[in-house]
Amino acid sequence: MTCQFELSNETAWCPGCGNHMIRTALKQALEELGLEPHEVVICSGIGQAAKMPHYIKVNGFNGLHGRALPPAVGIKLANKNLKVIVESGDGDTYGEGGNHFIHTIRRNIDIAHFVHDNQVYGLTKGQASPTTAMGQKTTLQLDGVKVSPLNPLVLALSLGAGFVARGFAGDIPHLVELMKSAITYRGYALVDILQPCVVWNRVNTFAWYKNRVYHLPEDYDYTDKEQAFKKAMEFGDRIPIGIIYKVEKETYEDQFDFIKNGPPLVDLELNPKDAEKLMENFM
Amino acid sequence: MDYSVLVGGEAGQGMDTSAHLLALILKRSGFHVFTRSDYMSRIRGGHNFIQIRFSEKPLYTFSEKVDVIFALNEETIKLHAGRLKPNGVVIADEKTGGDEGILHLPLARTAKELGNSRVANTAGLGAILKYFGLPLEIAENAVIKILGKELSDVNIKALRAGYEMIEPKYNLKVREDEHVLINGNQAVGLGAIAAGCKFYCGYPMTPSTGILTFMASHANEMKIVVDQVEDEVAALNMALGASYAGVRAMTGSSGGGFALMVEALSLAGMIEVPVVLINVQRPGPATGFPTRTEQGDLRFMIHAGHGEFPRMVIALRDPEDAFYQTARAFNIAEKYQVPVLLMSDQHLADSMTTKKPFDFGRIKIERHIAGEEDIAGESYRRYKFTESGVSPRILPGKIPGQVVLVDSDEHDEEGHITESDEIRRKMVNKRLRKFELLKKEVEEPWLIGREKPENLVICWGSTYGAVREAVERLNEEGASVGALVFGDIWPFPTKKLLEEARFAKKIIDVEQNATGQLESLIREQALLQATHKILKYDGRPFSGEEVYLRLKEVL
Repeated sequence: MTCQFELSNETAWCPGCGNHMIRTALKQALEELGLEPHEVVICSGIGQAAKMPHYIKVNGFNGLHGRALPPAVGIKLANKNLKVIVESGDGDTYGEGGNHFIHTIRRNIDIAHFVHDNQVYGLTKGQASPTTAMGQKTTLQLDGVKVSPLNPLVLALSLGAGFVARGFAGDIPHLVELMKSAITYRGYALVDILQPCVVWNRVNTFAWYKNRVYHLPEDYDYTDKEQAFKKAMEFGDRIPIGIIYKVEKETYEDQFDFIKNGPPLVDLELNPKDAEKLMENFM
Repeated sequence: MDYSVLVGGEAGQGMDTSAHLLALILKRSGFHVFTRSDYMSRIRGGHNFIQIRFSEKPLYTFSEKVDVIFALNEETIKLHAGRLKPNGVVIADEKTGGDEGILHLPLARTAKELGNSRVANTAGLGAILKYFGLPLEIAENAVIKILGKELSDVNIKALRAGYEMIEPKYNLKVREDEHVLINGNQAVGLGAIAAGCKFYCGYPMTPSTGILTFMASHANEMKIVVDQVEDEVAALNMALGASYAGVRAMTGSSGGGFALMVEALSLAGMIEVPVVLINVQRPGPATGFPTRTEQGDLRFMIHAGHGEFPRMVIALRDPEDAFYQTARAFNIAEKYQVPVLLMSDQHLADSMTTKKPFDFGRIKIERHIAGEEDIAGESYRRYKFTESGVSPRILPGKIPGQVVLVDSDEHDEEGHITESDEIRRKMVNKRLRKFELLKKEVEEPWLIGREKPENLVICWGSTYGAVREAVERLNEEGASVGALVFGDIWPFPTKKLLEEARFAKKIIDVEQNATGQLESLIREQALLQATHKILKYDGRPFSGEEVYLRLKEVL
């Protein structure tokens, strides 16, 4: 069966890049959720990961570097019926877009956020990203990175995110399930996806990840926030993947009564005369 | 008749409320009103004042001279004594210092006796009404509207007590009230709501915050998402997302905030998603004068954004113009899939003036959104090459099987990234063809005063009011003066300018900035040059008198 999300485009991704695997997982997740291309929007910024809307048949908003989240928020508020997914890299999301990342988590709007985290800048050729390890030498940080890395999962948890997960591009079946959970979760869902960069990151290679990642055990209680912090901080010889934290929270859009109990904003009839009554305020 | 009252004091003394109340009472008494707010960037202390001018004739500007100074502190008397007309009066509380001749009234004492020290100002308003010989009934209803039912009893008592404190000097007759009292920020918000704006986001920044506040106060009633966002970068990107998904979206800020939106303005040009934004200008550079006025961003608005793309820039001239032009901006944005940039400033934003109630029947909503029938049988191409340059716009999620892809990279017709030189040329041309269409939408400037005058004044935006009064006065005195007041700024309309300039011996540029930005535009676009420039860049607005006097110097 051909996947309805398939696009015949050649990609600009390097052979062996984790982005291919993430795309495979994403298409499968959308297919298994029974969604149709017109029901889904992918927002992205700029970078190799951010080219995703060009390689999968759904609606796409390929915006500016670091600015993938704000349009996604606007889209979801305008049309609550759209499934909104954000795909971008670690530099785009945690660097240039850091402020939007923080405040979109606080908003808890219903979007799924898949960060392709290869711990390096790809498209600009090998500079350190906010998740590159301290001391790691890059094409720009010739003596090694001098600033400590950002831990996106801990940051998200501390900001009150209701869905925090980590995936690995090299474990597609597991990633598909994570993506499905994130897309169906009502609220902001972060999935930080570990992904090898075969050209620019010679430290965090496929083998490096493969030897470290392990599935969270079946009996892991993802509603325990203290435990979640511990798992989110585990990033060394062993790296847990799976849903680290998940609880129900009221979404941002549901706090607008006219969105929650009305049609999507985009479907409202517009009539200038409706506003005429406001003139009375100035009488 | 033409009177002015100045209310002055420290921030936090309740002057805004008192001045608003007085303005409303005067409006409801049938007068034309124009207010001017002068306030500092602080919450307590300092010195703020509001001038309330009223007349039987329409007013377009404030007056330098005042008939009454209502001084909430002694500093007000010192600072503004020079503004008082020879037969004017200063009203102040008995404990306020100052020279003899000041009408010292027991305002605070009365308020204390009434059990609420905050109603002293209202007692002062009562005295002012009596001074002009105006009745109390209208005032009492206005108190209920402005201060709410809970506080109205004690304030009405204060009003009555103040009314008994003095003898009338004038005996003004109440007229029929046919107006609304509205400021520029409110009029912009009202225009946006009338146009069906369903998404307004922004980051608080004086003097644009009033729009955000106005929208928020009607958000639930009118089903509008009003969002205070993390920064102005997010604001425009978010508005573009909402617009892409199909709702009419707007954002606003002042110059510094607009500077942060510039990256996304370029995005709007590239992805051809309609959006309306407003810059309520204040003096820059940088933080500048946060609470004061200037027209320093004209060139910035025209040129902001990397790369070349079409846009429309419209300057707002008064609240009525602000209402209709804001509504018009949404239609133009959607018709041509371009950003439309509105320009206001602190003086327009905060000045309340009386206008005939706006005609909502005049507002037309034209969405220009394509349906399934428009793309029948085709796989949708968001950037399909067309003769006009405008590609049919469908909304994501609305047509099964069709997807909408917008891209900040140079893209092909479907919206996919391209590196093709041929597609690049075609896409640039497609986008720029829309600018040719915008030129046909452009409205010529308003002409006030004489047609084909010997002395042609050019100005734009909120200087309209002061220029209008000055020009009318000069013509009454026998001069030959006409003024072109530009609203549409970009594309720049030249037709009327060229017609009027042919007969002018002098062309006088009046602008609220230091470099004469409109004049430079006229040189560039119409190959004309002003013979004189009257520029003001001290953060304070032109009054009609100031423009009159400075024009007189050069005529």
